[in-house]
Amino acid sequence: MSAAAVLAVVVGAAAAKGELTGDPKAGEAIYARCFACHALAYNRTGPKHCGLLGRRAGSVAGFEYSAAMKRANWVWNRQTLDRFLADPLKAVPGTTMGYAGVKDRQERADLIAYIEQAGRSEVCRAR
Amino acid sequence: MSSRIQSPDASLSLASDAPNLETRRSFLGKSGLVLSGAAVALLAGRDVLAKGNRPAGSDVNVLNSALGAELEAIAAYQVGAESGLLQKPVLNLAVTFQGHHKEHADVLTKTIIKLGGQPVSAKEKYTFPVETLKTQSDVLRFAAMLEKGAVSAYLGAVPVFENRDLAKAAASILGDEAMHWAILRNALGDAPVPAAFMS
Repeated sequence: MSAAAVLAVVVGAAAAKGELTGDPKAGEAIYARCFACHALAYNRTGPKHCGLLGRRAGSVAGFEYSAAMKRANWVWNRQTLDRFLADPLKAVPGTTMGYAGVKDRQERADLIAYIEQAGRSEVCRAR
Repeated sequence: MSSRIQSPDASLSLASDAPNLETRRSFLGKSGLVLSGAAVALLAGRDVLAKGNRPAGSDVNVLNSALGAELEAIAAYQVGAESGLLQKPVLNLAVTFQGHHKEHADVLTKTIIKLGGQPVSAKEKYTFPVETLKTQSDVLRFAAMLEKGAVSAYLGAVPVFENRDLAKAAASILGDEAMHWAILRNALGDAPVPAAFMS
């Protein structure tokens, strides 16, 4: 199957599940909102984002998570990230991420697409 | 690869414009023009206690997240000030902004304690991408990035406070961070206020 066909299948599957297609470039601009606490490659007030997709919540070595996040038993994927980013304090009550959330669905999709793409970047591959 | 640096002593010893800062604070204090973020937040704390309410744990969590970011910002400005890359008057600007972050951290700490919480401490070490900071512009862009993030963080915090006075205090700090961001952008030759709304 060609790359275009694979992409069509993926996009089609996402659309069928009601997911929006994210634009990583738009997501990169939205990621600037995270800079007070997060970086891709290293822990800050919040944990690093390299390797986020597929990672169990509360599992970055050396980062001190809230008890709530450690108990959450989530694995970060597009769906769980979308749910968390929409309203972190509601999704994981007790999280230390005191942030109202990214309320716009398309912005969340863009942000997640950027984090996904950045996870394959040289910055993250070097970690 | 990012380098780890020692957390700085919370000192304004590098503040070559300390007398000017003192003069400014004295003027503002005497003029009665400023109800500081400290006053707002501490008043909020008294208000909560006076009502006999136990403060919502989430408020303390939000304040502690803000405190953690402020402590990191203090350390970041220390790195900038000690980098040897900043020339006056930009160096003075950085030290002044660091002083604001120290004031924010101080009031957040006191407010968390007043609300019965345990304030986070400065980390022994912070990680900054110092290998990318080669020029004054690099340092300014890094600082601007942090300040923009801080504006967004406070913007995201304001609506989640249970106590509206704490939201007001956070908005007061947000305004200060936004001014830092605009002035840093201006120093870089960028449009100081690139949009009508922040997000």
